Amino acid sequence: METLEQIRMRVLAACPEAVVDLVLNPAPSAQHSLRVDRDHLATVALFLREDPSLRMDYCSNVTGVDWPDRTEKVKVKKTVDGVEKEVEETRGIPGCLEVVYHLYSVALKHGPVILRVRTLDRAQEVAVPSLTPVWRGCELQEREIFDLFGVRFDGHPDLRRLLMWEGFKDHPMRKDYVDPDDFEYEPTPHDRVLERAKPYQDRGGTA
Amino acid sequence: MSSSLNPSSDLRAQGVVVTSIQDLYNWGRKNSVWPLQFGLACCAIEMIASTMARYDMARFGSEVFRPSPRQADLMIVSGTVTKKMVPQIVRLYNQMAEPKYVIAMGACAISGGPFKQGYNVLKGIDRYIPVDVHIPGCPPRPEALIHALMTLQEKIGNQSLTGEGRPRHLRADAPSEFPIPKQGSHDVEPPFNPDVWKAPRVPVRG
Amino acid sequence: MSGGNGGSTQGSGSPGLSAVDRFALLPQEMEDGGGSWLEISMGPQHPSTHGVFRMDVVLEGETVVKLKPVFGYLHRNHEKIAEGTSYLSSMPYTDRLDYFCSLTNNWAYALAVETLVGLQVPERAEYLRVITAELTRLQNHTCLAGFLMQDMGASGTPLMYGFREREFILDLFESLTGARMMCNYMRFGGCRCDTPAGWLDQVRTVVTDYPQFLDEFENLLTGNEILMSRTQGVGVLTKELAVNASISGPCLRAAGVDYDLRKVDGYGIYPRFPFRVPLGDHGDTYDRYMLRILEMRESLKILEQALKEIPEGPVIDPKAKLRGFRPKPGEAYGRIEGPKGELGFYLISDGGANPYRYRVRPPSLINLTVLEDLCLGHNVADTVIILGSIDIVLGEVDR
Repeated sequence: METLEQIRMRVLAACPEAVVDLVLNPAPSAQHSLRVDRDHLATVALFLREDPSLRMDYCSNVTGVDWPDRTEKVKVKKTVDGVEKEVEETRGIPGCLEVVYHLYSVALKHGPVILRVRTLDRAQEVAVPSLTPVWRGCELQEREIFDLFGVRFDGHPDLRRLLMWEGFKDHPMRKDYVDPDDFEYEPTPHDRVLERAKPYQDRGGTA
Repeated sequence: MSSSLNPSSDLRAQGVVVTSIQDLYNWGRKNSVWPLQFGLACCAIEMIASTMARYDMARFGSEVFRPSPRQADLMIVSGTVTKKMVPQIVRLYNQMAEPKYVIAMGACAISGGPFKQGYNVLKGIDRYIPVDVHIPGCPPRPEALIHALMTLQEKIGNQSLTGEGRPRHLRADAPSEFPIPKQGSHDVEPPFNPDVWKAPRVPVRG
Repeated sequence: MSGGNGGSTQGSGSPGLSAVDRFALLPQEMEDGGGSWLEISMGPQHPSTHGVFRMDVVLEGETVVKLKPVFGYLHRNHEKIAEGTSYLSSMPYTDRLDYFCSLTNNWAYALAVETLVGLQVPERAEYLRVITAELTRLQNHTCLAGFLMQDMGASGTPLMYGFREREFILDLFESLTGARMMCNYMRFGGCRCDTPAGWLDQVRTVVTDYPQFLDEFENLLTGNEILMSRTQGVGVLTKELAVNASISGPCLRAAGVDYDLRKVDGYGIYPRFPFRVPLGDHGDTYDRYMLRILEMRESLKILEQALKEIPEGPVIDPKAKLRGFRPKPGEAYGRIEGPKGELGFYLISDGGANPYRYRVRPPSLINLTVLEDLCLGHNVADTVIILGSIDIVLGEVDR
């Protein structure tokens, strides 16, 4: 299989308006990925599937990842009282939800080509195009990401919750999910469990 | 000279069996406990293994596992109980006819087990239905399940038909059906049935 | 909630999308065929659903018109727990995913972490991994054949035969790892401990006796008229749909697609073992069943060779760090050919002791994508057999 850089050049040649970035993976696994923008994801996916030298006809894995909002400290040069100084500023980096697709080829027995797509934010703009029309195997996995992360897939034939029940309101795999307080008994409680167990101590009977 | 205080053992030595209605009733009940075919997760495989040729649970009276709750006496809750499944479990328990028993098999059915931190895991089936025997283990060996069945048989055998210790199906005031929890927007409601389970006191250190 | 009018325009060439019209409507929203359709809910407590699995089946008479599977009755949020525990502490949880095949689950996770960190595994550990994985495959396929026969109505006898053989293999696992089912044996960089004295001879005994059991099993079943008439032509899966729907494992190969990860990826030391990959011609239930019997025979060949060649040596990489294991930031996807299909683990590390994102690629869930396609037009009794032949384990479907 060609290197990911060559694949990226050919993808850009085939879909010129797409924004495709190479995301390097620092681990020894060397599984780098391509980040595609939302609007051209479906075209890129179709190209990867139909291209004769790639033939990525098997979507092995669809994963959702939650990147919460975070802040980082950055040194910027600012003019303070007429003197240019380097000042540390905290900058907020908005979070997003990300969907990662691992693609393989059964016809040519190579892979993986990894695609990533990000939503605009975690609250309102959480829609990405669904790749179920391209690879049917994404169907149940995208439903699961909708259920557990809250990403909406436009064009999915049947977007419902998969694992939680229909009336459930939260998206449990998000990093800021707080699970409901249902009195988890712990013989040696400490920290959080002790805090949550305290209100029940008077209600409870002897163990 | 016979000095035994129990005249029936004398008679038994001569081949005559004397018993009471209570012994006969309990003997019949405990030696024909039919479980409900109810496997949830990994413990179900050990439950199936305990009915297979090596550990053969049928010789203890559990000849068949009935698929229908109307025909079963025993519900072996084997596996993790999830909040999505709990209304179904309580409904099945309600549909079983008295006398009925529950064995909570495995750590997950007793208290949530290794998956206790789960948002979808119920921390023990005894929050909604009364449990007779608990089997610890993850999964418990088939021998442990057979031991639990023998313990249950002992418990049934020791139940007296009159007085305070009589079983639930002979009491007019004891409930045999329990309210089915509803699935709310964040959790099951109520999180436990206060008539069946009381939150244990958490020991406070320091 | 559900997608629009089902007329999706992208990728109109992909197969299996003729069913997309049916996707748009849930069972309770469809017209009722003039009042002749019956909707039944099979499960979650049902003798044949292989665990707590529910199918909403809409029938016209006895024929299946629509089928919607409902998952989540065993959702134990393994992935969320793994984000809160260290890498090594997640190993016992992987046992409980596909609870029949705990050793292959362990291997898949160990492979993913070793890919993430770049660990080498010593020779003896690789051979032990292959031996335990193939033993796991043997007992899994045996049990599957038994459960499939039970679903067909052979109430328990083939299952008894299957479990009898499985008990011998579980004895081997117990003496090696300490537990019958939840073995927790693989570590990052090797295996937990070496074999006890005489263990390899016990494995040789089991492997030598196994073909005789397979012959006995096949004599009773493979040419059996009832089996053949109930499974041939039932639940036909085409090649194109199988590949497009990401089916993996024996279901994919029964459809005729030559894709076995032991050959394609060549993970571990599998390239050293010459074994054949059986393929099916028709993709029906009979092919899926026969394929597993043939795979068992190939596994026996692999086992014989591995038992001959296993060298002495350490079973874990001496440089592998078990305590204070903090991989550098990065990500990795590691996959193996489990008995049910392609089991993969996707790990994202942020440099801490716990994974940032831990994802299990569940073969059983993804193989169920085509359940509706396979069951349409068949009787409701065939639904049970098709589900049995796909070979699902709910611990893996719901995680």
